[in-house]
Amino acid sequence: MKMMKQLYKIICFFLVTGVTVQAKAQDMTALVNKVKAKMEMVNDYVAEGKMKTDVAFIKAPVGKVKVFYKKPDHFKLKRDNGISILPKGGVSVNMSSLIAINSFVALSAGEAIVDGVTTKVVKLLPTNDNSDIVLTTLYIDEPHLLVRKAITTTKENGTYEIQMSYGHYTSYGLPDKVVFSFNTKDYKMPKGVTLEFDDPEKLSPAQQLKNKKGKVEILYSSYVINKGIPDSMFR
Amino acid sequence: MFTLFQTELYKIFRRPRTYIAFAAITALITIVQLGLKMDGKEYAAFVMADLNNTFQIDGKIINGYFVCYVVLQLLLVHVPLLIALIAADMISGEANMGTLRLLLTKPVGRTEFILAKFLAATVYTLLLLVWVAVLALFVSMWLFGTDDMFLLKNSYAVQIERVDIFWRYAGAFGFAALAMTTVAALGFFLSQFAENSIGPIVATMSVIIVCTILSTMSIPLFNKIKPYLFTTHMVAWKEFFDVKVNDSNETIRGTIQNPDKLIRSSLVLFFHIVAFVGASVYVFKKKDVLS
Repeated sequence: MKMMKQLYKIICFFLVTGVTVQAKAQDMTALVNKVKAKMEMVNDYVAEGKMKTDVAFIKAPVGKVKVFYKKPDHFKLKRDNGISILPKGGVSVNMSSLIAINSFVALSAGEAIVDGVTTKVVKLLPTNDNSDIVLTTLYIDEPHLLVRKAITTTKENGTYEIQMSYGHYTSYGLPDKVVFSFNTKDYKMPKGVTLEFDDPEKLSPAQQLKNKKGKVEILYSSYVINKGIPDSMFR
Repeated sequence: MFTLFQTELYKIFRRPRTYIAFAAITALITIVQLGLKMDGKEYAAFVMADLNNTFQIDGKIINGYFVCYVVLQLLLVHVPLLIALIAADMISGEANMGTLRLLLTKPVGRTEFILAKFLAATVYTLLLLVWVAVLALFVSMWLFGTDDMFLLKNSYAVQIERVDIFWRYAGAFGFAALAMTTVAALGFFLSQFAENSIGPIVATMSVIIVCTILSTMSIPLFNKIKPYLFTTHMVAWKEFFDVKVNDSNETIRGTIQNPDKLIRSSLVLFFHIVAFVGASVYVFKKKDVLS
């Protein structure tokens, strides 16, 4: 009889905690949906800004860029008169594409401070097995319904971190600054291809480690929102 | 001396052999341009394969500036051989035809005579380079358009803005002129020692080939002599196409990564020219001309 009581208590405990977790998961889904709803106010935009590529083995200038976005996930970045270098998979350096996942499980993972702002940490798990995204961790500024940071692990392109700062376009959930961090692979070209026969400088282990991290920063200066963009722009 | 120089130029450009080099360069550049025009995307994909695994690079990679760089990389190894055809024939050719002794009967000093001949060979060299510039740079710009330059080095890649490129080519061709004049000076020096053209031409080519091999092989024994070989410094024109970056890893417009290397290489080449021409004057003045 005593054992039965203990078993009953254990079952009750799991039921209660299970319901709590479920409730929290639902809470997070609601929060994510609210953020999504805010972002869905934007049907399309054309943004202008400056892009900086900071990868140890790429010497690139800061360049003016034009970014085109159209719902649900069309995204194009064009450099004004020049060559643009973007990390693969990170072409859609925006939140909309991450939030565009329709079927997901959102779990709470506590709170964290991003850029001095307290955020809710939400683990977003796509339920679709074919999704390239394996896991996304969102740092959501709940009062403003803004995603301050996102860490995404993909099947094909590794893990990325997107950090956003907001200013003029907060009401649309569009950032003024996006910093996209990613891991890079070693780069070495055969001398037969480059036709350069000098021995390259040897790097210290610390430099080699730094070389494995890359960053792309886009500083937006203006957005033109919901004015319509033809689909042909994304071909 | 100016009259002598004019006569030498006339003699160079009267010979059909002179135009072989211009024809060869035209053919080589046209082949590269045609290949890149037809299959440029494939070539870019092959060269960029390593970077394309991680990055998406958008823009006109195969543009006129890039094509010119590819052409120069391939061609500046072979142009010395074409220069040797003329420079190594300057004295030995006269000896072969038996006109050297006759020329020296003119009231001109031997130093002036040799300098006029060398200057004529230098003009030929420079005209050859101008022809390379016209075909490789200007025709490529017309055929492929212009854009930023994206170049791959051994351990990093460089993107140079379109507006920051043209002066680099002016510098690179200026440097190439110095490098090719060194080859002309070598050929000219060797042409003193034979009474037929083939010997000095082949000797010049052989010296260039051997020195180029020594310059490109990464073997510790050869590394010690590399800095003294002119062939090591001949490829320093590429330094014009490497840019300095600031603390944020942004390229600084109008800069060169290793200007010291460029200056050092220029001085080494200049020293070689002075040494070869000086030695030519010295040998020729002492020479007992019998042909």
